[in-house]
Order: sequence, then structure tokens, then C-alpha cells
Amino acid sequence: MNLSTIIQGKAYVLGDNIDTDQIIPAQYLTFNPSIPEEYKMFGKYALAGVPPAQGGLPKGHIPLHGPANEFVSPYSIIIAGRNFGCGSSREHAPVALDAAGIKAVVAEFYARIFFRNSVNGGYLIPLESVKRLCETVCTGDELRLDAIAGRLENLTSNETYELKPLGEVAPILEAGGVFPYARAKGLLKA
Amino acid sequence: MTLTEKILARHSGRASVQPGDNIWVDVDVLMTHDVCGPGTIGVFHQNFGRQAKVWDRDKVVIIPDHYIFTADAMANRNVDVLRAFVAEQNLPHFYDVGTERYKGVCHIALPEEGHTRPGEILLGTDSHTCTAGAFGEFATGIGNTDAGFVMGTGKTWLKVPPTLRFVFHGELPPYLMAKDLILAVIGDIGCDGATYMAMEFDGDGVYCLNIEERMTLCNMAIEAGGKNGIIRADQKTVDFVKSRDKSAKPFVVEQSDSDAPFAREWVYDVTKLRPVVAKPHSPDNRAYVDEIQGTPIDRAYIGSCTGGKMTDFRAAARILNGHSVKIDTFVVPATTEIARLLKTERIDGGQTLEEIFLNAGAKIGEASCAACLGGPSDTFGRLNSAIKCISTTNRNFPGRMGHKQAEVFLASPLTVAASALRGSITDPREYLS
Ligand code: SF4
Repeated sequence: MNLSTIIQGKAYVLGDNIDTDQIIPAQYLTFNPSIPEEYKMFGKYALAGVPPAQGGLPKGHIPLHGPANEFVSPYSIIIAGRNFGCGSSREHAPVALDAAGIKAVVAEFYARIFFRNSVNGGYLIPLESVKRLCETVCTGDELRLDAIAGRLENLTSNETYELKPLGEVAPILEAGGVFPYARAKGLLKA
Repeated sequence: MTLTEKILARHSGRASVQPGDNIWVDVDVLMTHDVCGPGTIGVFHQNFGRQAKVWDRDKVVIIPDHYIFTADAMANRNVDVLRAFVAEQNLPHFYDVGTERYKGVCHIALPEEGHTRPGEILLGTDSHTCTAGAFGEFATGIGNTDAGFVMGTGKTWLKVPPTLRFVFHGELPPYLMAKDLILAVIGDIGCDGATYMAMEFDGDGVYCLNIEERMTLCNMAIEAGGKNGIIRADQKTVDFVKSRDKSAKPFVVEQSDSDAPFAREWVYDVTKLRPVVAKPHSPDNRAYVDEIQGTPIDRAYIGSCTGGKMTDFRAAARILNGHSVKIDTFVVPATTEIARLLKTERIDGGQTLEEIFLNAGAKIGEASCAACLGGPSDTFGRLNSAIKCISTTNRNFPGRMGHKQAEVFLASPLTVAASALRGSITDPREYLS
């Protein structure tokens, strides 16, 4: 889980209140994320619960996965609205996005447990935008993100968007999660 | 300080804390289940080593409850992972499937088995762990990585949340339940209205509720985005906890100071409320039953940690007694203890609750989460097609109970039972004379 804080890739756009049942439906929770072959399966079913018309905005009906690879998506940054990741505490949700190749999410704000799981597990970088972006950015736009500088550039539309600072979770993300962070701080034996 | 702040301060070894402080706290109880247990155990082994022991055998509670009565091989494999870990660690608090000890839904099993105490910190790998706030403790849901960390160290970092206070006045009329109160609150503040915050429930309207109804209030704090729900322990709490905790561990009863800084306060007169539903597809999509009365429904579901307790079944039985349901109606007791009580408890010395449900034409499932979260396709009560269901559960996001296009209305057990009799959304007042 090596987190890069500079990310370039294509946007996949979603709306408000994308809950954990939409991110990874309950019937796929039987895979065990600590077994690598099963970890991969979460990538396949990432966002499987999003109603088709609401996936890949503004048009909708754009699946997260392309025809070439059923596990890993061609998109690497999710843009979403309010309350991303609400619902259950399942860590399978950020796991699924990570397994699908998503490196960062930029939402207006997050449900608490999803945010915490993303940071502590070191799966992806959860960023908050200053303005609502899910009606500005289009699925497929080429984005360049600097998580530490708090800046998101849209190379397709030539716009730049401001992000909120990561604050106290930045060092945990930079370490790669709570375990490497606690080891580096001497809170755990190396 | 507020009640939540006092508990967090004491567990971090500080005299006081303030909202926004990042603190390391000592955890009193860690709970996990069959869905998140295997991942948690994996994280624990990877980070502390194959030979590592959990920080305190007596503080780890393992309750398989989600995918239990299914032929799904992976789901059953996950329970085997729990069994192997319990054997390896020699853990005393394991409620294994297929044994006398099997309980069912973890949030109801925890208090029944004496794992909830005022003043403690309880963390669980399930978002509805906030249910235990009804016992005057700090209880919240965490992920596998956090739980793996706690398993090895007994500690976690937390950000102290600001507290919102919800004050209820008056005694609930017979046609309302705690479910109506919490749906009204979520309708008012929205399903992100308490994000990163504690929700404290207070007022005479709360203290006249029984323990199970208080659990319903705290249970759905997460549906407003809350970090925890909490109710100060009173004599009812202390009596309940003492009657259940075989270990008789000492505990600390605290309350918010009279000048505690609440971020915001809402006041409700419960005698003025009407039965509430949350329409598809969000728990904050509130309507009053009398506004959407008559909406056709295909199925009724009474169960889960929110609506599968004895108080819920007594309420449903009061409505169903002597009538027949018009639509498929599924009854799922949260725990095996509740399932046993359904067979013995009678209404007015007449039929048992179980007889009332069966005679009304409802189907009764075995204690577990069942269709509350959909689950494998052979799960009891799962919505396998795009039907409309009225349910006593807690979430109605798309696909929550199975099919992506199914529509779920959340309501109290009284409203769900009344709706089952008509096959359409029905005000329970029509059946309560
Ligand atoms: S009954 Fe439903 S909400 Fe409660 S723990 Fe089980 S799945 Fe979660």
C-alpha cells in the first residue's frame, strides 16, 4: 500500500450519499480482504451496487470497468458529492475501490467511518473539495491531483479546483496507514 | 464536559478533553463478527505475527450473526476462520453457530450476555455498535484495520466529537415507538446531520423508555452520520446491566455537566408526534404515515438490531393478534433468547407471540441479521426482485435488502404490522383502539 500524493488519471463521477452497499454490495462481503486472491475480487465488484443511471455522471450508464479488465478500472480518481461512504463500517468499501485501482476520492465530505478506514488502512486518499465538483467534472476527464498542496487540475477543461487540507491525517496517509505510522512513531514495535 | 467527553477523557488518562482533540484511548471491549472478523484477524496476524496473542482475552467478543443460515461456502468458511482464531487464542467470549451458545445479532447479544457497562469504551467492526450507547457508554463502529490494531494493543486514536443534544419531553403515546422518534430526528437533521458528532439523547421522554427502546434510539445514530449515540445510565440501566453481567465488573456512571458545551440542541414534545416512515432510498427521506397512507406494499419485514427485540415483537403482536396479513410477512428475532421468548410469552394470557405471528400468516426465521442487509441470495426474507417492502430495519439505500431496484420503507413495528394487514402503508392508530 504505497500511497502517492501526486496522482494523474481519469475521473469517474458519482453523486451524493454513495453508501457502502453501493460501493460493495453485501453479497460480496464473504471474500476475505486479507487473502490476496480474494482482495482482487473486491475490485471486480467495486461500485456494483450503484444504479446504472447514476454511475459515470453526467451521462450515467458508464460502468466503472472497461471491457479490457474486469478487476481494475481505467479510472483512477472518483469525484463525488456529499456524504460519500455512508452506511456500514465495512472496510471492504475502501478495499474495493483500492482493488479497482482508485487512488483517490474527492468528495464534498465523507461519512466518518469510511474516511477513517481509508486513512488507517492506507487504501486511498480521501480529499474534500471546497466547491461541489460532481456537477463540474465529467467522467473521463483527465485529472492531476496534488494531495498535499490541495490542488486538483482538470487537464481536459483547463480548470483548477481547490481542495481542503488533509490536516492531522496527512502524516498517517504519507506513512501508508495507521500501522506504519504507529511503527514510525515508536508506538508499536517495528 | 459532556458525557461522551468525560468517558473519552478518563480513557485517555487526561483530566479533560475538548471536541477536536486527537487522543489515544484504552478500549474496554472489542467486538467483531463473521463479516469483518476474518479481515480483522488477517490484519492482526500480518502486523503482530502468527504467534501474537490478543491484548486481553477477556475483552475480545466474537459474535457470528450476519451470514449464518446459508449454503454459501465462503460465508461458512468465514465462520471457520473465527473458530480457528478462537481456538488459537483460547477466547472465552465466542458465540458459535450451531452450538447452545449461538446468539444472533451482535448488538443485541452484547447486552444480553453482559458485555455492555456504563462508562466504558466499546468498539466493534460494525457501524451499529453505537447501539450500546444506550447503556451510558461510548460505543462506535470501526473497520478491520482499526480493529486489528486494537486486538494487538488495546488502544486506538480517536478525535473527540462535539455533542449534539436531543431532548424528548412527555410520555410516548401507545401508537408511537422509539423508532418514530429517531426517524423524526434523522428527518430533521438529515443523514449527514451528525457526521463526526456524538448524539446524546436526554429528557424525561427518554428515561421513561425501556432499555430496548433506548437501544433503538442509539442504534440509528449512525443513520444520521453520528459517531456515537449515548444516553446517561439511570436506575433501569444499572439494574439491567447488573442482572446480565456475570463478571460483576465495577463501572462508572457519569452524566453531562449542567454547563456542558453542546454544539446544538433540539427539543421534542413526543406527545405531539405522528407515526413516521423513511421512504426509499434514504433514512432521512421522512414522511408521516398519514401523508402516504395507502401506498401499496408487497412485503413486510420485522427484525434486525433495530426492530427485532421483544418490545418490537410485542408491539407487532398487539396489531396482528387475531388478524391475517395480506402480504408476505417475515419475522426475524434478533437473538436466540428472543426467539425462545416468542414461544413462551403470551398476550393477555392467550396465544404466544409466535402463535399470533404464525396464525396471522407470517413466516418466522432464525435469529440472525437475515435480510436486513440482503446477504447471499438464499437469505430468509431477502428482496430478490424489484418489490416494495416496509421494514423495521435501519437502512433503505438502494440494494440494502437485496435487489438494487427494490424499494424499502422504514417504519416502527406498529406501522409495519398494520401495513402487513392491509397490504399498503397503514397508520397503526387504525388498529389500536
Ligand atoms: S441486523 Fe442489520 S443493521 Fe443490525 S447488525 Fe445485522 S445487518 Fe447490521
